[in-house]
Amino acid sequence: MFRMQNRLETLSITWIRIAAAALFAVVTAAAQNAAYKAPRTADGKPDLNGIWQALNTADWDIQAHAAAAGPVPSLAADFAIPPGTGIVEGNEIPYLPAMAEKKKQNFAQRFTADPEVKCYLPGVPRATYMPYPFQIVQSRKTILISYEYDGAVRTIDMGKPTPAPVDSWMGWSVGHWEGDTLVVDVTGLNDKTWFDRAGNFHSDALHVVERYTPRSADTLMYEATIEDPKVFSKPWKISMPLYRHVEKNAQLLEFKCVEFAEELIYGPLRKQPRGGR
Amino acid sequence: MSNRFFELASIAACATTALAVATVFLAPAPAAAQTPSAKLLAAKEGAKDGAKDGTKAWTPPRTPDGKPDIQGIFSNASVVPLERPKDLGSKEFFTKEEADAYEKAAMSRHEIVAPGTYGDVHYNMQQFGLEKGQTKVAETIRTSLIVGPEGRVPPLLPAAQARAAARQAANKGHEFDGPENRGLSERCILWPNEGPPMLPEGYNSNLQIVQGEGYVAIMQETIHDVRIIPTDGRPHLPPEVHQLVGDSRGHWEGNTLVVDTTNFTNRTAFRGSSENLHVVERFTRTDPDTVTYQFTVSDPSTWEKSWSGEVLMTKIDGPIFEYACHEGNYGMRNNLSGARAEDQKKAAQK
Repeated sequence: MFRMQNRLETLSITWIRIAAAALFAVVTAAAQNAAYKAPRTADGKPDLNGIWQALNTADWDIQAHAAAAGPVPSLAADFAIPPGTGIVEGNEIPYLPAMAEKKKQNFAQRFTADPEVKCYLPGVPRATYMPYPFQIVQSRKTILISYEYDGAVRTIDMGKPTPAPVDSWMGWSVGHWEGDTLVVDVTGLNDKTWFDRAGNFHSDALHVVERYTPRSADTLMYEATIEDPKVFSKPWKISMPLYRHVEKNAQLLEFKCVEFAEELIYGPLRKQPRGGR
Repeated sequence: MSNRFFELASIAACATTALAVATVFLAPAPAAAQTPSAKLLAAKEGAKDGAKDGTKAWTPPRTPDGKPDIQGIFSNASVVPLERPKDLGSKEFFTKEEADAYEKAAMSRHEIVAPGTYGDVHYNMQQFGLEKGQTKVAETIRTSLIVGPEGRVPPLLPAAQARAAARQAANKGHEFDGPENRGLSERCILWPNEGPPMLPEGYNSNLQIVQGEGYVAIMQETIHDVRIIPTDGRPHLPPEVHQLVGDSRGHWEGNTLVVDTTNFTNRTAFRGSSENLHVVERFTRTDPDTVTYQFTVSDPSTWEKSWSGEVLMTKIDGPIFEYACHEGNYGMRNNLSGARAEDQKKAAQK
């Protein structure tokens, strides 16, 4: 009897485990849309080639925010800040206390201090959700991502991971495949880029792990884990879908914004009145 | 304006790069100094004499989707000038001995900067950069990058001369008024190496080619721009859309990628060109370490006839580093603030 009960207990525990595992699988599948299997490139890898773009307002503020007036009243509705529900998991960014203060300062100075307003390279992950398309050119050894904004670019080395040789604006990316997901480990990022126009920022200790998962023929799921012990008390996550540009002959166009930022950067050094070409 | 100021101005473009190349130096050198092997030349000569001595043609590798594989990290640094020195006349090729001697002289000809000077500290590309003396350079017996008996850019048509003169006249006396008065490269908008046509630079002539299905991407280290060339036969952009680097469309002819580029701006002004510039480039992997790059440029509003050139791209170790030109453009700031200081000084003397 004792043995029997014991066996029943074992059985029921087993069933609970199976049920739990099944439930977990369903939840995971729902979350990752695992039922979808991406088309393959000729060498058998999930095919991420294409022109993609986020359709959200995270570049204005990665956290939930209501619409607001733009910085220049005379430009009226054209440059108003569009509302958004944010891309941060749980919406809270775990800033260390002193760093939360720095974010507030950044926000106050955003129209002159944001690297984007100066047409500086945007860094990772911001490049992904700026209001411009980007293109993935995928080969076996190297995946190149070209961003329309400022002609920013980075290459993801799919070989043996190597450490970042030096800090840079777009960082050092090494990647590998986990099933259909492209996982990219990004280090070597400098401390000069922001996450958005609202002044969310990081230090040079930033470590980003990105996951690009095909979820349908024309959408990818983008997730990134943000880790920076100098600025945040714990890692946090962002996620969003990315949409394919399906219009005929879609292509990235030239958006060399440097000359649009020259007045802001060099204006005070200009000779008055202006002359020449 | 003082001579020293002009000197500063002329090297302004380099100012931005000093930081970038110094950064590069902290990292493992992307391309170690190497003596170019005679292999390339031998291969070239072999190809030329192939019919005679029965040298087998080399078959280039293919990508998984069956296209010729021209991928890799390359340098198109060259000791050969774009235009043939006049004293060489119509001599298009050196003998191997002459080419060796010419290369040896060119590779040892570094920028001469007096020790202990400002220039020595900041702009010695031998010390802080990877100028051609320290880079792998493909061996060639060409006397100029421009091919053919003339070996030089054809003279500008009168209309093109007038355009250039008007541009110069408009800017005369205003060279340092504001960023718009400076050249595109000094403003970190476009560097001449980007092309097309893509010509060698004095240093950092590094580029990476990545092929995805239906596209070829060419990333140039200076100044981090990418040309993404669709190879699906689509038409060019509408004529209203002009771009500094034009609009490129590619297709494969045998082992060669042929790229047709139009839709340039009139600001690109490649050697005096107009927005009617038309560039055709041909990329062919001619041995495991070499992509032979050929180009033909034409512009009926600039030159009487088209002209063509050839540059060898040779494989280097890499990686390609980030060349954040605009982000470190202290040269522009310094030039303009220097000019304003000069203005003030002049005003005070009056």
